[in-house]
Amino acid sequence: MSDRDQPVLRLEDVHLSFGAVKAINGVGLEVRPGELFAVIGPNGAGKTSLFNVMSGVYRPQQGRVEFLGQDLRGMRPHRIAGMGMARTFQNIALFEHLTVIDNLMLGRHQHITYGSLAAVVWRGRARRQELEHRRVVEEIVDFLELEQWRAMPVGLLPYGVQKRVELGRALAMEPKLLLLDEPVAGMNLEETEDTARYILDIRDELDIPMVLVEHDMGMVMDLADRILVVDFGEPIATGTPDEVQRHPDVLRAYLGEELSS
Amino acid sequence: MTTTIQTPRRSRRLPGRPAFFGSYEQEIALFNTRPKQIWVGVIILVAFGLPFLLTDPTLETLAIAFGFAIGALGLNIITGLAGQVSLGHAFFLGVGAYTAAALSGDPEGRTIGFGITNIAIWLPAAGLVAALTGVVIAPIATRLRGLYLAIVTLGLVFIGQHIFEEWSDLTGGAGVGREGARMEFFGLELTRTGEILSGDQKAYLTLLVLLLVFALAARNLARSRVGRSFAAVRDRDMAAEMMAINLPRTKTVAFAISSFYAGCSGALIYSLIGFFEPSSFNLLLSVQFIAMVLIGGAGTVSGTLMGALFISMLPTLTRQLPDYLTFISGSPTDIPNIFQLQEVLYGLLIVGFLLFEPRGLFGIWIRIRNYWKSWPFSY
Repeated sequence: MSDRDQPVLRLEDVHLSFGAVKAINGVGLEVRPGELFAVIGPNGAGKTSLFNVMSGVYRPQQGRVEFLGQDLRGMRPHRIAGMGMARTFQNIALFEHLTVIDNLMLGRHQHITYGSLAAVVWRGRARRQELEHRRVVEEIVDFLELEQWRAMPVGLLPYGVQKRVELGRALAMEPKLLLLDEPVAGMNLEETEDTARYILDIRDELDIPMVLVEHDMGMVMDLADRILVVDFGEPIATGTPDEVQRHPDVLRAYLGEELSS
Repeated sequence: MTTTIQTPRRSRRLPGRPAFFGSYEQEIALFNTRPKQIWVGVIILVAFGLPFLLTDPTLETLAIAFGFAIGALGLNIITGLAGQVSLGHAFFLGVGAYTAAALSGDPEGRTIGFGITNIAIWLPAAGLVAALTGVVIAPIATRLRGLYLAIVTLGLVFIGQHIFEEWSDLTGGAGVGREGARMEFFGLELTRTGEILSGDQKAYLTLLVLLLVFALAARNLARSRVGRSFAAVRDRDMAAEMMAINLPRTKTVAFAISSFYAGCSGALIYSLIGFFEPSSFNLLLSVQFIAMVLIGGAGTVSGTLMGALFISMLPTLTRQLPDYLTFISGSPTDIPNIFQLQEVLYGLLIVGFLLFEPRGLFGIWIRIRNYWKSWPFSY
């Protein structure tokens, strides 16, 4: 029961700067179990930097990052990923020469345990595990409706499908937290609605908490449980979609200062 | 009592639909379609029949080509699969060759020797010493990529050559050299003419069996978790980290395996050639291996094998040239001679393939296959 109460991810007063440029300035947030948490803000507000801090790519100069109650500072990205944090990228970062299945199998990497020697021999352990995880991957293929693309190298797939494969690869990790960096960027209305449906399915069926960075306001307001608004690296407001939409500072950040006489 | 539904162990294939897989077992099989199984079977059968059809000098050339193919498989693992350009392959070949030569050398001879002539001992030892050298160098290499890695590994070749030239107790010294490892397997001499088979026939068959073992291992590695992680590092290293792949460790493993192949390759090649000296392990040797991988098709085992055989047979082909083109000389003192022509050809072939068919010979094969698959339609 303490598991349900404890936040999955907690950032506390995070500061990150590149030289004199302050990318993140005192941001704090808490993602609760089963929650869909969105981060929004104008271009260059530091949203992706925030993701990079969470997944260990950037090291914040100040502040705390806690994942599943463990301090992440100084931990290498692959260790953090191994703890159960999965992410997708704003500009797709798939393994383009590999097939859809191989990309998804790479999501299973940490769950497959045989080593180089077993791999070379193949018979026995390696083959058994490959078969077992191939079955798991097929569930994701089914979940994201990727059947017709299975054996294609992902570099040849249409943009929307690539985005879906990337989501699938993150899901294959069986993550305890999923970071989605602009999952519907560059998609048309139909693809956006499909993706929104997948995101809701992930929350409802797989019960994976998510952090979502997105510019599509309609989608964020419809899906998110809570929203953090950042501008120039500063946190402006945190709250439910309704609260955030009415917040005067948020309106100012998005629509500009009202000229008062 | 509970009953479980049994999936058939060997599911049926559908006639005329080779790409239809009835089970995951079938899908992930090494040769997962009937035509692949038949072709590979035929090629292997022909390869085992060749010693009784070809002359001894041709067999010797082929045996050495197989030795080169093992080394090319190693370079394919680090460069083709893991995407780390290495110009240092010649160095690891040298480490393997000297390890084997020293182990099997005459204890009372001019150079270091331990008199262990059994290939079952000196071959793995050559591989392991080369792999260990790779692991020692890996920490520098894993911090670099692309051009910088190429330059560092280039330095390795020169450092290696210097060491080989100076350490004359081991190598015989520059311009002198020493004998390669003696191939003997529990009392069975593998390169000397016996009652049934000639020395070259035996050497050919030995190398063929070894090449098949190494190729199978490379293929298994490539389709496994390990090979996938190499490819992930090659395609997108940052995303690979997000899949919980430890980058330095993965690159180190790739280096070690690649060097193991190189070490074995070096030991075998110079055991067949018989006598070798330090200058053999120069940059040109590394470039030859890169040419094999690039021309064959980077990242594929079958392509690498094609490339290795093609490049290894190239000198045999160019040696015929003076007969047809009289202005090219067969002697190294004249200009232009066939040795210059060979080096120019490596360069031309690499550039040509990169421009017109980056997937190499493997790519050409795929194009031919697809043409016949969809015939009579153009696509």
